[in-house]
Amino acid sequence: MDASAILAALERIVPGSGADALASVDQPTILVPAERLPAVCGALRDGPALRFTALLDIVGVDAWPGEPRFEVNYSLVAVDVPARLRVKVRVGGEPPRVPSVVGIWPSAGFLEREVWDLFGVVFDGHTDLRRLLTAEDWEGHPLRKDYPVQVDTPVRFEAPTQVTEEQFRETMNQDRRLRGERR
Amino acid sequence: MAPDFEIPVLTTTVDKMAQWARRSSIWPVTLGLACCAIEMMSMAASRYDISRFGAEVFRASPRQADLMIVAGRLSRKMAPAVRRIYDQMPEPKWVISMGACASCGGVFDNYAIVQGCDQVLPVDVFVPGCPPRPEALLYGIISLQRKIDQQRAFGYARS
Repeated sequence: MDASAILAALERIVPGSGADALASVDQPTILVPAERLPAVCGALRDGPALRFTALLDIVGVDAWPGEPRFEVNYSLVAVDVPARLRVKVRVGGEPPRVPSVVGIWPSAGFLEREVWDLFGVVFDGHTDLRRLLTAEDWEGHPLRKDYPVQVDTPVRFEAPTQVTEEQFRETMNQDRRLRGERR
Repeated sequence: MAPDFEIPVLTTTVDKMAQWARRSSIWPVTLGLACCAIEMMSMAASRYDISRFGAEVFRASPRQADLMIVAGRLSRKMAPAVRRIYDQMPEPKWVISMGACASCGGVFDNYAIVQGCDQVLPVDVFVPGCPPRPEALLYGIISLQRKIDQQRAFGYARS
């Protein structure tokens, strides 16, 4: 399945999605306007000819000082077809905002947290947008191009990372809700 | 004629006795941060065998450990956790900074890595190398034993 076949199948489900094919060397790649991302992703997952059921990875790209500054890449796999697809979204602004796809692929939970942590891309609709890789009290987003490589700040080690009992219970309950478990 | 025998007694000081006991059984805490930990495990295993120097009992609980070997690069996120483990170890306690990354950041001169774990812990012995060979870490432990021998057991408190 190449990009034009995917776009044709997409056009039947989401007319006028604004999705466009991009040149690529390894796998079909389409560019989607940020505001149409949830509709397009829902169609990519459930469309009869598409069935992209697995979200492998979400990757951020910082094109600073180019505009639009940020690009978010979604790597999808249709296990049954089989096929691969890369979906790209380009956003600018501060903070850049992209609709979340957690409701479509639950695996996006951690991946969007990582992209938010390292690039500062806000995912609207994400229920638990906390830092994932850096410490909880980290300032800034380290993988941005304008983030300093060396920082000369004192190391904070007095307050180990701890959560209160209420925070722990709330996080566990939130996790259960995300997975749709009944308490 | 008096019987020819000697009394089996050695004389020493309490200080020397206590420090001899301490240096002869340095129990490290099980802590590995990166690839240096592989060399540390190699040192603990049969080929290099730190039990020759009485330091083979890696303890999984900091409450039972005397020595912390900072084996690998210490990230800023990890620093509070390592400091907490150090704080949980009972006195007297010692720290070995193993390898270039733990000692000065090594090649990782960036925002994520602590540039020298002596910003976080009071280090007794630095072991250079990237990673240090097990012999080098053995030499570090022997140097620490010499240092312990020169310290006083009582009379001053380590900070």
